[in-house]
Amino acid sequence: MNQKVRLKVNGTDHELDIPARRLLLDCIRYDIGLTGTKESCSVGVCGACAVLVDGEMYASCITLAAAVDGSEITTIEGIAENGNLHPVQQAFIDHGGFQCGICTPGQVIAAISLLEENPDPTEDEIKQYMMGNLCRCTGYYGILNSIAAAAEDMNKAAGSGE
Amino acid sequence: MIDFEYHAPTSLDQVFGLLDQFGDDARIMAGGTALVIQMKQRLSQPSHVIGLRRVGDLDAIESTPEGLRIGALCTQRQIEKSRLVGEELPLVADTFRKVATPRIRNMATIGGGLVNGDPNQDPPPALIALGASAVMTSKGGDRVVPLEDLFIDYYETDVQPGEILTSVLVPHAPAGSGSVYLKFLPRTADDYGTVTVAAVVSKEQDGTCKDVRIVLGSVGVTPIRAKQAEDALRGKPLTDENIRAAAALVKDAVDPLEDFRGSAEYKTDMAEVFARRAVEQAIAAIPVGS
Ligand SMILES: Cc1cc2nc3c(=O)[nH]c(=O)nc-3n(C[C@H](O)[C@H](O)[C@H](O)COP(=O)(O)OP(=O)(O)OC[C@H]3O[C@@H](n4cnc5c(N)ncnc54)[C@H](O)[C@@H]3O)c2cc1C
Ligand code: FES
Ligand code: FES
Repeated sequence: MNQKVRLKVNGTDHELDIPARRLLLDCIRYDIGLTGTKESCSVGVCGACAVLVDGEMYASCITLAAAVDGSEITTIEGIAENGNLHPVQQAFIDHGGFQCGICTPGQVIAAISLLEENPDPTEDEIKQYMMGNLCRCTGYYGILNSIAAAAEDMNKAAGSGE
Repeated sequence: MIDFEYHAPTSLDQVFGLLDQFGDDARIMAGGTALVIQMKQRLSQPSHVIGLRRVGDLDAIESTPEGLRIGALCTQRQIEKSRLVGEELPLVADTFRKVATPRIRNMATIGGGLVNGDPNQDPPPALIALGASAVMTSKGGDRVVPLEDLFIDYYETDVQPGEILTSVLVPHAPAGSGSVYLKFLPRTADDYGTVTVAAVVSKEQDGTCKDVRIVLGSVGVTPIRAKQAEDALRGKPLTDENIRAAAALVKDAVDPLEDFRGSAEYKTDMAEVFARRAVEQAIAAIPVGS
């Protein structure tokens, strides 16, 4: 049955007329057309589909769009500002945070969510938080290094009053 | 997933009205982490899904004279990070921190996790060991069900038609007690436990065991309280020998299913080992001077 669902995605309002069974993931990719968010396991395990729902990291593959009606959604397309990559994105490029890239949007969203909550995480805290984001390519060290570097960059920028 | 209608009631009265109207064709949805997967796999095919997210007042954590009242819609992450829970019931905070990954804990709720009735879940053994109860609410009022009695069978819980779980009551841990939740994770850190054990132990001045609760997960169709092992230890000196003898009785209480985490025999052996370690660690956690 079709229902009205309103979502603000990366700052843009969308009013959708979609079946109640539409997953947030499919809604973002096919109804709204933002294909940066990826699908891999489809059961909440891998993190490829991670997005922020009202600032909290969710697995969009097991979230009904109708259930988050009225929420603000942030996807990988919404984190660069004025054409400048987010420091986490830049760090993934500079520190070998990805190879094939399929897990990367989810890794970056998870890393942003971590640093929002804990701006100066220890290596162990990064591992704990990121354990739900699987990667078949990098062996994870590139991702760890990228996140540690991003935290340092962001703290420096915050310290210098930028 | 088959098609359905999604309802977003904003009050408990509306929830009960919808449950009345649609009966067995309706399913309640909290975080949806279990239900959406079950619907994708067609294990559950409701024609009406009643989302609780808009119902106010179900996501508070309150201190009461008896303990804590945790609203059914509190997310696992909210509980793990709550200062109140961390101070008054550190075992609960620690247990929720061991569930899945931060992304799942952001979505999954305490109520959904209990009603789901999956014996591999972490919170039930710890909450049972603490003597927690569920408040089931219907049009007719509240019914308090000790969590020990909530779990009937594999994915089957004592939820009556027209009822929803609205809060969980967790009493203060007994004075002078120590507690622990062990999750045996030989595969990956985000897995379900191969065997899990919660233990709460308190002792008398003279060092004998005043009370003990040992509850296991992942070793049967429901969480299992090892009453024989508890009885064997209660009133006895907390010596290595007595702890070992009690833990050995856990083997008779469990009835694990063989799966990719191990054979039934292996899990039975590990249940004994982890029950012993849990009791030892709970004793070590008893505050000095008590
Ligand atoms: C990838 C993944 C990994 C996981 N790993 C773990 C783990 O390591 N340890 C662990 O313990 N768990 C784990 N889980 C399970 C998770 O804890 C449960 O899925 C979750 O607790 C269910 O809560 P929910 O709010 O999402 O419930 P929902 O999916 O919304 O509902 C679950 C069931 O409860 C019913 N229900 C929900 N709320 C109520 C209510 N208030 N009153 C009456 N009925 C209700 C629903 O109708 C449904 O039958 C994992 C889940 C996933 C997806
Ligand atoms: S696709 Fe959603 S968690 Fe894997
Ligand atoms: S970069 Fe290929 S899966 Fe992570």
